[in-house]
Amino acid sequence: MSPAETPKAVKVVKKSKTAPKSKKAVAPKIAPVHNLDIGDHHVTVGEIFSDKPKMTMRNINVFYADKQAIHDVSIDIAENEVIAMIGPSGCGKSTFLRALNRMNDTVDGCRVEGDIRMDGEDLYAPKLDVVELRARVGMVFQKPNPFPKSIYDNVAYGPKIHGLADTRVDLDEIVENSLRKASLWEEVKERLHQPGTGLSGGQQQRLCIARAIAVSPEVILMDEPCSALDPIATARIEELIEELSQNFTIAIVTHSMQQAARVSHRTAYFHLGKLIEVNPTKQVFTMPEHPLTEAYITGRFG
Amino acid sequence: MSKATEHLSKIKHSLARRNRAEARFRWYGRIAIFIGLAAVAVLFGDIVNKGHGAFRTTYINLDVSYDQDLIGVNNLADSEQLAAGNWDALTKSALRTKFPNISGRSDKRRLNNLLSNGAGFDLKDRLLESPQLLGKTESVWMLADDDIDTYYKSWLAGEPYAARLSDKQVIWIGELHQQGLIKLQFNSNFFMRGDSREPEQAGILGAAIGSFLTLIVTLMLSFPIGVCAAIYLEEFAPKNRWTDFIEVNINNLAAVPSIIFGLLGLAIFINFFHVPRSVPLIGGLVLTLMTLPTIIITSRAAIKSVPPSIREAALGMGASRYQVVLHHVLPLALPGMLTGAIIGMAQALGETAPLLMIGMVAFIVDIPSGFSDPATVLPVQIFLWADSPERAFIEKTSAAIMVLLSFLIIMNTSAVWLRKRLERRW
Repeated sequence: MSPAETPKAVKVVKKSKTAPKSKKAVAPKIAPVHNLDIGDHHVTVGEIFSDKPKMTMRNINVFYADKQAIHDVSIDIAENEVIAMIGPSGCGKSTFLRALNRMNDTVDGCRVEGDIRMDGEDLYAPKLDVVELRARVGMVFQKPNPFPKSIYDNVAYGPKIHGLADTRVDLDEIVENSLRKASLWEEVKERLHQPGTGLSGGQQQRLCIARAIAVSPEVILMDEPCSALDPIATARIEELIEELSQNFTIAIVTHSMQQAARVSHRTAYFHLGKLIEVNPTKQVFTMPEHPLTEAYITGRFG
Repeated sequence: MSKATEHLSKIKHSLARRNRAEARFRWYGRIAIFIGLAAVAVLFGDIVNKGHGAFRTTYINLDVSYDQDLIGVNNLADSEQLAAGNWDALTKSALRTKFPNISGRSDKRRLNNLLSNGAGFDLKDRLLESPQLLGKTESVWMLADDDIDTYYKSWLAGEPYAARLSDKQVIWIGELHQQGLIKLQFNSNFFMRGDSREPEQAGILGAAIGSFLTLIVTLMLSFPIGVCAAIYLEEFAPKNRWTDFIEVNINNLAAVPSIIFGLLGLAIFINFFHVPRSVPLIGGLVLTLMTLPTIIITSRAAIKSVPPSIREAALGMGASRYQVVLHHVLPLALPGMLTGAIIGMAQALGETAPLLMIGMVAFIVDIPSGFSDPATVLPVQIFLWADSPERAFIEKTSAAIMVLLSFLIIMNTSAVWLRKRLERRW
């Protein structure tokens, strides 16, 4: 979505019943919610499943040692959709995202239970190689983390290790295409061999996106990709997400409700490790089904 | 209001006290630094003051006639003749020609003692270099004996020290000095020769080469083993009791007195594996045991300082853990690892105690030419010279310390330089 459309999303939030009319009175008029406990037995409300699922997750539980971070989450991610995961800090949205490309494997003591499939293939099958999985499910992290190498080498790294380019010319082409798709090409084409760490924060994050799409993944996971960026850089990344959604399936974790409203087709609301509600984004921000979702998006807690 | 002013005056009072305490503390720091610097300055000053004399030594100029009958050699190609040749006769006759009025056995012996007993062999080398000199006469600067050297230097400095010289020898030196036939010259022997019982012929090269060979063995073994161990422990090993146990023990090993490693080397490498004693190979093995903990600990610290975001980025791209280590962690950690290795090497270079246990304290004249040649190392050479009774060894000892210190300074400087050079920012 272009920045010009941004006010619409804001207006949507304002329409909801409990939202205050005047700016001055914001704080006192919102009645705080104190009892956030939703009990052990909980059923996710909304449109959880999809007719054309790219990834299916069923009864996912994630544990850090003895502590359970994700409780019995089931959800589908449809082909070429942008799904946003929102919720208060510590609600498990990042943990859930990292279960999708098995990045949790690298965390000591982390255990994932349940069934996660991509195109029907079990991602936690013992014979599946995580290297292959991560080539198919790319990831963009919260803090821009380009390698301390040149811009070119950053983008070329994935194709190189996966053997995607046979010749130098092929590799050059992949690098250029990826940078173009990440709308970074015009800014860096003159200095491809300078260090990627010398770019601005927003450029670094777009470089990381270019790096992720250089291996042509099917799904891109984004873990709060704009939280370290200023509003202008954020707007560019959001535009980019819109463009990328034509070719890729994108799952984005964000703690900005406005961002979720702007970029996503569907929104999933997490609360204390449980998935409360999944619905089309418009509906979540106008007519949430679950009272907790409503309380969260209207700012009564979190 | 009065309560408020009282309150304020209390704060002001305590503020003055705090400021005084801070000023005092700064002075403690300055004094500590001054004491440290003064100690270093005194140490260096003393060593340089004592040792600088060793870089020059005394030579005496005499007319030498390469008389075939005197040496008993008429064919320079005949090695048997060369070996049996009476080379000392050359120096003796040269001295006799210079001081013809000497009679009596003891005076003759004193006269002969003006020159180093190696001077004859220097003439032999000179003759082999230029065979056309056989049968001719030339004036040659020849190495003086160490007692003469000590006396001449102290006499030039205005505080003559003639303890072991007879009055006549003192007079002869005076005569030679008047005629300009005795002088101080750069002591190339000190840098070009191995150890010797004769101080004027003793050099540092044997020990320096021994140290170099020993350090090569140490580096070749300890760096790869240490880095591999560090990488495995940091990047691959599961975090459990076993790895905790190993970590604690590596830290303990770093604190073990170095002589224990010498005993271990003696028991295992020499007695069990029958590695020859007193050679750079065994020295390097023992020093490897000693430097391994240092290298492992510094390498692990270097690996830990690589930001986890880089690992995540690489893993997220589908790099295997081996690729993450090889492509990303290792290049970023390498400067730190190299610094650790150089500091470990500098530690090994200065180590004496473990080498005493494996026979490297031996008196070795020949310059080692390989890892299995008997050798000694710089700190042991310093120990040996410091233990020798000849006065001339005092300045040799200090000079050897200067050589060792300059090696250490070079190594530590290169560690700093390497770190600055290779360090990449992220």
